[in-house]
Amino acid sequence: MSEPGLTAPRLQADDLACLRGGRLVFVGLSFRLGAGEALVLTGPNGSGKSSLLRLVAGLVPAFAGTLDWTGAPGSIAYLGHQDAVKPALTPRETLRFWGAASGASPDRVDIEAALAAVGLEGLDDLPCRYLSAGQRRRLALARFELSRATLWLLDEPTLGLDVASVARLEARIARHRAEGGIVMLATHMRLALDGARGLGLGGFAAAEPPL
Amino acid sequence: MSAFLALLTRDLRLALRSGSDVAAVLAFSVIAVVLFPLGVGPELALLARISAGVVWVAALLATLLALDRLFVQDYEDGSVDLMMLAPLPLEAAVLAKALAHWLLTGLPLILLSPLMAAMLGLETRVWPVLLLSLLLGTPCLSLIGAVGAALILGVRRGGALLALLILPLFIPVLIFGAAAVEAVATGLTARPHLLLQGGCLAAALPLAPIAAAAALRQARS
Repeated sequence: MSEPGLTAPRLQADDLACLRGGRLVFVGLSFRLGAGEALVLTGPNGSGKSSLLRLVAGLVPAFAGTLDWTGAPGSIAYLGHQDAVKPALTPRETLRFWGAASGASPDRVDIEAALAAVGLEGLDDLPCRYLSAGQRRRLALARFELSRATLWLLDEPTLGLDVASVARLEARIARHRAEGGIVMLATHMRLALDGARGLGLGGFAAAEPPL
Repeated sequence: MSAFLALLTRDLRLALRSGSDVAAVLAFSVIAVVLFPLGVGPELALLARISAGVVWVAALLATLLALDRLFVQDYEDGSVDLMMLAPLPLEAAVLAKALAHWLLTGLPLILLSPLMAAMLGLETRVWPVLLLSLLLGTPCLSLIGAVGAALILGVRRGGALLALLILPLFIPVLIFGAAAVEAVATGLTARPHLLLQGGCLAAALPLAPIAAAAALRQARS
């Protein structure tokens, strides 16, 4: 487990390039993030926001450049386009599983608190197949309540969320940053995030494909 | 360890909630065994002679039937991404899923095998060897199968490809399993065959999760 107090978390990217399907999505991308910082990725569809988040998560290799993350394994929490919610399991079982998988062992109280934090209280024992798309997204966000990860990677976290849930998410991100966490998120929405830096993708597309 | 158990219990729970899948696989293997007497005739001596091979082929096909779903749902709903980021090594996660697969297909097949052996007229004194060879062999099938199930991710209609990839790799397990029973039936010792099967298992246990995890990483990038 990462100990946030011991070393300041730091994420540094130098000259990153990403190749998807024989096409360079972006090249020469550099940024540096420290404790409490947030980076908002913007850009048109296909500009590489999701690819960059997956690259930082370590799910896809970088085509060129270096990426340096000081955290231990398990110190990254990722929310992709999919919610990783099983229709046959209840929200409580879903959270208990992902909590245990991330190295925490959440008890009943933790799980109820996490569900309440995303406004899903009272739905603990309803199979997830009856949840709406927005509710599933909220359940996926509830994983972050149980996670002890320092670096949050959120790929369009507001997908399907109602206004109240977006406000809750903004407040949750602010709290995570106040606790020394780092947030990188891709969004097309204007989110209220104090002092967040922006990174516009789309201007990096290389004219010459390498292959 | 708790993450390993959490994944194992989640997979078992998911399978038992859609219980028809597990039952269908077992019913399939019993029906496959029942078809043999209808095909080759009711001559008891002949059936007893081929019974071990028939039970083993039924076990192979039943394993294969349940395999193609092993990673597909986790792959499609994004769970594999999260497993790759979790502190539990992906190899251990693969092992947990293969163990769940074995508990849901291999173990029930072992429990059903006396029934199948009785239907085919296998002598009762040979049953313990059949059970032992299945006990050593079916975990091998689940482990090797996990590699194939990870390799076919992202392929449309992967089931047929899975059979092509995996059935040849099942052959050693089949040969030693059937030969162990054959040896005892003809008054020889089953020891060398069972030892070879144990060797297969000892090799598959560490190697198959490594290979399957590598295939999963490849499929996701």
